Amino acid sequence: MKKLWTILLYAILVILAAITLTPLVWMVSASLMPTGGANTFPPTFIPKEVTFEHYLSLFTRLNLARYLFNSAFLAVAVTLISLVVNSMAGYAFAKFRFSGRNSIFKLLLSSMVIPAQVTMLPLFLMLNKMGVINSYVGVIIPGMASVYGIFLVRQFAQSIPDSLIEAARIDGATDFRIYWTLILPLCKPVLITLAIITFMGTWNDFLWPLIVMTDDSMYTLPVAIANLSLEHVQDVELMMAGSVITIAPVLILFAAVQKYYISGIMAGGVKGE
Amino acid sequence: MKSNSTARIAFFFLAPALIAIGVFFFIPVVAAFVLSFTDFDIYSLGNWKYARLVGIKNYIDLVNDPLFWKALKNTLYFLFVGGPLSIAMSLATALLLQSKVVRFKGIFRTAYFAPVVTTLVAVAVVWRFVYHPRFGLLNYALSFAGIDPIDWLGDPHWAMPAIILLAVWKNFGYNMIIFIAGLQNIPQELYEAADIDGAGKWQQFTAITIPMLAPTTLFITIITMIGYIQLFAEPYVMTQGGPQDATLSIVLMMYEQGFRWWNMGYSAAVAFILFAIILVASLIQTWLSRRSRAS
Repeated sequence: MKKLWTILLYAILVILAAITLTPLVWMVSASLMPTGGANTFPPTFIPKEVTFEHYLSLFTRLNLARYLFNSAFLAVAVTLISLVVNSMAGYAFAKFRFSGRNSIFKLLLSSMVIPAQVTMLPLFLMLNKMGVINSYVGVIIPGMASVYGIFLVRQFAQSIPDSLIEAARIDGATDFRIYWTLILPLCKPVLITLAIITFMGTWNDFLWPLIVMTDDSMYTLPVAIANLSLEHVQDVELMMAGSVITIAPVLILFAAVQKYYISGIMAGGVKGE
Repeated sequence: MKSNSTARIAFFFLAPALIAIGVFFFIPVVAAFVLSFTDFDIYSLGNWKYARLVGIKNYIDLVNDPLFWKALKNTLYFLFVGGPLSIAMSLATALLLQSKVVRFKGIFRTAYFAPVVTTLVAVAVVWRFVYHPRFGLLNYALSFAGIDPIDWLGDPHWAMPAIILLAVWKNFGYNMIIFIAGLQNIPQELYEAADIDGAGKWQQFTAITIPMLAPTTLFITIITMIGYIQLFAEPYVMTQGGPQDATLSIVLMMYEQGFRWWNMGYSAAVAFILFAIILVASLIQTWLSRRSRAS
């Protein structure tokens, strides 16, 4: 009975894993098929002949290198800027006593129920007046600070002993120096987690870049892929190659650092209670 | 003196974040509220002076717009069917992975989690072909059960279920991780005591697991709801809101009104209704859970 249950359990887990991965596996294999090769019945998973022509034409004919650069540049820029901004604020909320600290923090936390879409119309008008629509700055601005990031750093920084900070202060270190050479290195695990979450979030973001980037040359990968997929509805294999290039970087990054990523979600989930 | 200088230094550290969030989040929220009472359109875009206050006209127009009701109905359909389905799936997989007899937990966890980190737009493009009526994987799989091909994205009855299936596939791994964290926080002694008292597995599940998971479940319900009500990229890429507006969502309507037709006043009203729904739903959920905990 117990043995039967174990076998059943594994069967469910394996089938579920297979179903979960099937669309991704099919995407990769279809991207390697010659044009029309994926339009077969029954669907095939192993290409009869392997070709890289779709990847080639994405880069030569369809300007994909440019989109790849835009996505990578924006993801890195938003990650670096927000890391500094959020860690400074998280440190202040954790380690400084000042009047209004708790009420400001509560206000920030409660703002998390406001969907970003509400801000998008006025933000677009503001950035339009500033002349930064269709520029990298336009995408970076709303990503500079995040309440979630401040929250994560604050939770972590609270565990740093005050005596450590006091000792540095007695040694004559300035407050910025304490933050830069003591707090940041101590916060490294949470900063890595935050960096990964921010990088992936920016890379995968769609609606805001779709609104801000009006010129084809400024598109990020998701915007470009959405656009191409509406134009090239029939080119299955080409679109699969485009999807592979969009997904592969984040999937590889996740595989390399999943421990940090998952611990970040767990921290947010458990402490968010 | 000392507390004064502490406050100054704290402000130095807080300033970048507070200014960024204040100027580029809180001010736009207030501005959006004002915008929803104006007739801001493409002419006002060139010169804001052309926009006039029109009171609650946008909201009255919305109530009389059948397309808005359609979008609201679709979004709630997605929310109330897709949300619980996704959460149930997350809980089920979390429980399976918590089982003591399972080994290689890490491998399964990674497999289930992989869709979460993928780019939504790209997987929506992939799933558009999974749903292909003739060559798609789904109809092929269903053919083994003797089910005739379904035009998933072309049939108004099936388009939303198809989008829900994609969303569940994409998202269940995320909540699964949070559920696993919640399960690990339940003291093992509770189960040991229940074993001694002779309680069965099902009794343990309903008497220990479910109540102990309640805070986690509340958190998951709220974040899932906030995420699902913002449905946008799937219909944008897969159906453009069709067929026959069967997948038009609130955010898609907001996007089209605001950034395609530049009816920004009208679009802001749509955005605020979205906000109002999220706010009311979060308050109800928090209130319900407080009440159940108190009793």
